[in-house]
Amino acid sequence: MTSIAFLLPIALGMGLCGLAAFFWALKRGQFSDLDGAAARILIDEDDAG
Amino acid sequence: MSAAARLPAAAAPAPVRSVLAVPGMHCAGCMGKVERSLGALPGVASARTNLTARTVEVVHDEALETPQLVAALAAAGFEAQPRVAAEDTPSAVRPLLAPLAVAAFACMNVMLLSVSIWSGAEGTTREMFHWLSAAIGVPAIAYAGKPFFASALAALKRGRTNMDVPISIGVTLATCLSIYETMTGGADAWFDGTLMLLLFLLAGRALDAMMRDRARAGVDALLRQAASGAMVVEAGGATRWLAAAALAPGMVMRVAAGERLAADGRVVRGASRFDQSLLTGESEPVAARAGEAVHAGTLNVDAPVDVEVTAAGTDTALAEIARLMEAAGQSRSAYVRIADRASRLYAPAVHTLAALTFAGWMLAGAGLYHALVVAIAVLIITCPCALGLAVPVAQVVAASALMKRGVLVKDGAAMERLAQVDRALLDKTGTLTLGRPVPDEAALDALSAAEASVALALASHSRHPLSLGLAQALAARGVQAANLADVVEEPGRGVSGTWQGMRVALGRPVAAEGMASALDAGLGPVRVIGFADRLRPDAAQALDELKALGVECSILSGDGIAAVAQVARSTGLTARASASPADKQQNIASLQATGRRVLMVGDGLNDGPALAAADASIAPGSASDVGRQAADFVFTGESLLALPRAVRASRRTMRVVRQNFALAIGYNALAVPLAMAGLVTPLIAAVAMSTSSLIVVANSLRLQGAAR
Repeated sequence: MTSIAFLLPIALGMGLCGLAAFFWALKRGQFSDLDGAAARILIDEDDAG
Repeated sequence: MSAAARLPAAAAPAPVRSVLAVPGMHCAGCMGKVERSLGALPGVASARTNLTARTVEVVHDEALETPQLVAALAAAGFEAQPRVAAEDTPSAVRPLLAPLAVAAFACMNVMLLSVSIWSGAEGTTREMFHWLSAAIGVPAIAYAGKPFFASALAALKRGRTNMDVPISIGVTLATCLSIYETMTGGADAWFDGTLMLLLFLLAGRALDAMMRDRARAGVDALLRQAASGAMVVEAGGATRWLAAAALAPGMVMRVAAGERLAADGRVVRGASRFDQSLLTGESEPVAARAGEAVHAGTLNVDAPVDVEVTAAGTDTALAEIARLMEAAGQSRSAYVRIADRASRLYAPAVHTLAALTFAGWMLAGAGLYHALVVAIAVLIITCPCALGLAVPVAQVVAASALMKRGVLVKDGAAMERLAQVDRALLDKTGTLTLGRPVPDEAALDALSAAEASVALALASHSRHPLSLGLAQALAARGVQAANLADVVEEPGRGVSGTWQGMRVALGRPVAAEGMASALDAGLGPVRVIGFADRLRPDAAQALDELKALGVECSILSGDGIAAVAQVARSTGLTARASASPADKQQNIASLQATGRRVLMVGDGLNDGPALAAADASIAPGSASDVGRQAADFVFTGESLLALPRAVRASRRTMRVVRQNFALAIGYNALAVPLAMAGLVTPLIAAVAMSTSSLIVVANSLRLQGAAR
């Protein structure tokens, strides 16, 4: 039982951290350009032209 | 970064943020080019593209002006327009993301706790887990359920019901029952099922909103963002640029060849011809001399003229069309979406069943508490979880399939309406035809290679519609432009220059019959190249396919009888000519009165009211801003095959939607007897709910190939 008393708050806390991170990302506009984010990986940075 | 930090802070002027629309950007390579070309400009701190909205956001010094940014993009091969900041419409999906995340988070955590209860946790463990579930679940349900509660309340206030009413009642009752069970140490709490229900329903809503956002971003990128206006000549002879809204009667506008008029007026100096096709559908430019009236929205074709403004803003012929459209749009909003029609039958049925269950158990002698628990179990198990996904998932999958084939879908209801269409009215200019002058193929074939390259070089120096058409056609044939010297464009006369010491010219033929250009390349006789507005490629095939789909087509045009008759002969359709915008709308209304479902295909301003009044409407990507905004679907590209494709895809989507309904209701038919018998536990509810949702999603994914 004592292990549960530790594990439950830890698990919930980690979950809440994830939720907070999602809200932070939402506010910072990380989800405003999903198509662009997918395409960005293909941009060749060395290409001068 | 470090270099910027080392700069003295006082020397750096305040950075300015500008947003440019770049409609031509559609891949990673384009994004890289746009960002690099802007980043290379002195004074640009950062440039960040947004591919979804087809925009680029630039942070730069105040000294750097927007035209310089546009010029840099033009040099890189991208057309760009400054975006009007005020037109930043809110996204439909953003407000749903946070509830969705909360529901997902809470659902997962509560589900974990529930697993141990289902596995047989008892006594204090179960009680503690129930309390924990309640602590997570109740606030989460209150937050994530807000969109449904608000919509249900709004519907009830107007004395109607929608899908959200049974959802809200089910969710609220289940939550109350679960709280009661937790407080009294009961065996079953339904927090997990309730949260899962909200999660699935929110996912359906978010998908629906995402589709609308995407289509709107596509259409926004097509729209011309810069405000229209005119160069106004002041008393002293000086000219200045005024926005259309600032024009007032009495002002004199100087309208260059190739410009659109920003207000109605009367020609005071000069003479030219005006292309009125956007306004009336008439393809032949109309001549106007000093003293004659011209209308806003028409294109000055030949020569610069001075026009005295007689009406501006809300008094113009344009504004009259806008008023007609507003009235026409109201009839369409009366359309009831299939999901709401289903819920009109569904909600009373579900509530009757729950009430009957309650009454039955009471009569059978069970206690009030027991009867209530079973009745609420019925409500939870019948909550339209799969029903909430049945429509949006199918429509989103079909819309993205269509989008890949060049058809933008504005919203899901449009697909429902298009699927029912059995009559189509097509505008002529710009819809059946390309809406721009295309040079005669035979005349181009007759040109020698040298003549063709001179013609391309001359045509590329002019913005005249005929020159643009000629340059496009020659470039498409792989002709290389010749090197010319001393090129000048004389308004109303044409372009001339010197090539290898000879004078060459492209201009109006001496005897102008219809639309034509005369080419004098200094090599033998003057060539006359005829122009005509051509039918779109595949027009005949597209019309045949529509006929095979049971959609009867005819032409409804504002153009003169002669021009319409020619197109009607070559397409084999019946036609009505010289229809005013109000006539078009009337025509649609009378067809609708006989029970037909009408599809309107048009592009011009004059089609606006008809596009808004028809059951469904499609506009080509080359259409006027008004046409694109009024239409439900916009197809990019030149092929008219987009029409049968959109109809077919919509019908297939509706078939899948109906299958989804059948699957979802079939699941209920199986589960409801169990629930009424009082045999459903939270575990059974959770399993049944997720399986039925997965089946519906899987069935909808079959639509990925719907746009073939």
